[in-house]
Amino acid sequence: MSGITYLEAIREAQARALAEDPRVYIYGQDIGAFGGAFKATKNLAEEFPGRVLDSPISEDAMVGSAVGAAIQGMRPIIEMQFADFSTVGFNQIVNQAATLYWRTQVPCPIVFRLPCGGTSGSGPFHSQTMEALYAHYPGLVVMTPATVEDAYSLLLEAVAIDDPVLFLEHKYLYYHLKADALPTEALPAGKARIARAGLHATIVTYGAMLHESLAAAEELSAEDRLELEIVDLRTVKPLDTDTVLASVARTGRVLAVGEAWPWGGVTAEVLARIAAEGFHLLDAAPARLNSRETPVPYHPALWAAHRPTARTIAAAARNLIRA
Amino acid sequence: MKESTLAEPSVASSTVPRAEFERAFRVMLLARVLDEKFASLYRASKIHGGVFLGRGQEALSVATGLYLHEGDVFAPLIRDLAGRLAFGESPLDAARTYLGSPLGPMRSRDGNVHRGRPRDGLLPMISHLGSMISVVNGILFAQRMQGKTGTVGATSIGDGGTSTGAFHEALNQASVEKLPLVLVIANNQYAYSTPNERQFACQDLAERAAGYAISPVSINGTDLDACLHALGSAVARARSGEGPQMVVASLLRLAGHGEHDTAPYIDQRLRQTPIGRDCLALARAQLLERGWADAATLERWRREAEQRVEEAVAQAQREGGPDPYKEDWCALATRRLAEGLPQ
Repeated sequence: MSGITYLEAIREAQARALAEDPRVYIYGQDIGAFGGAFKATKNLAEEFPGRVLDSPISEDAMVGSAVGAAIQGMRPIIEMQFADFSTVGFNQIVNQAATLYWRTQVPCPIVFRLPCGGTSGSGPFHSQTMEALYAHYPGLVVMTPATVEDAYSLLLEAVAIDDPVLFLEHKYLYYHLKADALPTEALPAGKARIARAGLHATIVTYGAMLHESLAAAEELSAEDRLELEIVDLRTVKPLDTDTVLASVARTGRVLAVGEAWPWGGVTAEVLARIAAEGFHLLDAAPARLNSRETPVPYHPALWAAHRPTARTIAAAARNLIRA
Repeated sequence: MKESTLAEPSVASSTVPRAEFERAFRVMLLARVLDEKFASLYRASKIHGGVFLGRGQEALSVATGLYLHEGDVFAPLIRDLAGRLAFGESPLDAARTYLGSPLGPMRSRDGNVHRGRPRDGLLPMISHLGSMISVVNGILFAQRMQGKTGTVGATSIGDGGTSTGAFHEALNQASVEKLPLVLVIANNQYAYSTPNERQFACQDLAERAAGYAISPVSINGTDLDACLHALGSAVARARSGEGPQMVVASLLRLAGHGEHDTAPYIDQRLRQTPIGRDCLALARAQLLERGWADAATLERWRREAEQRVEEAVAQAQREGGPDPYKEDWCALATRRLAEGLPQ
């Protein structure tokens, strides 16, 4: 095997979860014999008969039935064909799944796999990132894996967690990322990771924006001799404020980068926490960079200008360091 | 209202065994007395939030709960106190939840009709209508995967709830999976204040079943005989593997939507129709007419029901409310992943 992709890691994690835990099953549209719109369940229906099941196009009922199955002691994995469509099941996720434990002390272990994020040409309804929406609600865990290793290890951990987990797997990373092998150990959920050590400013990011940020850091290093430290949040909820603050303490400057819209989102939360808990650590006003305040555009030229890129992140980082 | 072709209930003859009828009646009576107590506590401002009564719907509701056993699932809706009691909910659980006792099944975190014990098969409804049906589906689906057969899941919905997407998604899901679901539609003529004419365009809600390959049964929901017969048969069919079942009952809500609602919108002429009768009064008349109970027995049953209700309410009242300083403000089962907890 010449390496494993982010998408294959997700498939492998599910295969392992199915093999190791008879309570696990997968339910979603076109995921059975067809193997899923992105092939994240390729051959799993054949390998695990009766446990990888096609659903009708009924996101509300998909989620509602998962809550029932969780009450009955199962550990469902629900594949939304695209994260965007999870809004049809939104009520069941935020009002049924997220409230069950609080209301009844009966745990609700469900993994919602949400293929999210922009890819060129996908347009307003196949490109959304939904982390801010779900992170807003108590009772949910929100994971945003940015690497092949995390796609694998966080998904396995998500299945083991006794709470509903929104697993925001990034479609852009499905084929773009490759690792040599699957990880044998991993940081636990809720712990951020220093993806790149630096001196002059901290970038806090997650998901596909990690890779744009890493590219920006290489550019600043090569052209400006400026070293950016990059924090990969891994899970946006819970948010590892300690690791973020420790990095800001080292650099004195922070830029939060997210692919989602800015209003009330993860970057806003990160900066609010830094302002409240680490104001004294800052040498400059904290900054953030998000996508533009419009639906996600279809045309590649517009799409590339809609979301942050290595180029716009590098420009924002330069401004921050000069400030 | 839509044209009703349902016959006037028969007073004298019954296809239901006497013991079953009596048992159902006594649960209906307990539900009515408990509901009346909640209404009285509401008027005395002793209850936080709303009170929602099942008055007029007890015959249908009790029948929904009566044929379920251990291992079955019941997802009641707001007017299902009788069904809950028949399924095994204690009056104390109801009283504790209405009065906010931290010792109740919802521990003051949720109130009134939003109560249940999921581990015992009694699901605590959320407010979004139609959304409990697929939860019942999921339990039945999981039981099948676990090799557990012969169980049934029952749930009820009103005329208004049949307009939700969740209702249709879940009914379709149950039908595709051939789940042992019994869906009871209580058409009480008004969804809050909205009459049938503004709610749906088909002649009868039973027509909804055809799209899901379900053979529906339509009954007069004020007639305990009809309710017991229809639900007993529907539960038996579901249990024996015949797939989802639907019972559509026509009746009239003999109360406001909640006790805050004086229901001026209800067309009083409906009270004179076969669906406008009080099911409890009708069942009482049937017991007397058939010689199954005399007036003294009925009076004794009422006193016993009142005694149970008084004891439950008094106990819940003694327990008081929750202490916010001792509350565990944690919404996750996985505490290490919870935010906002004290360090």
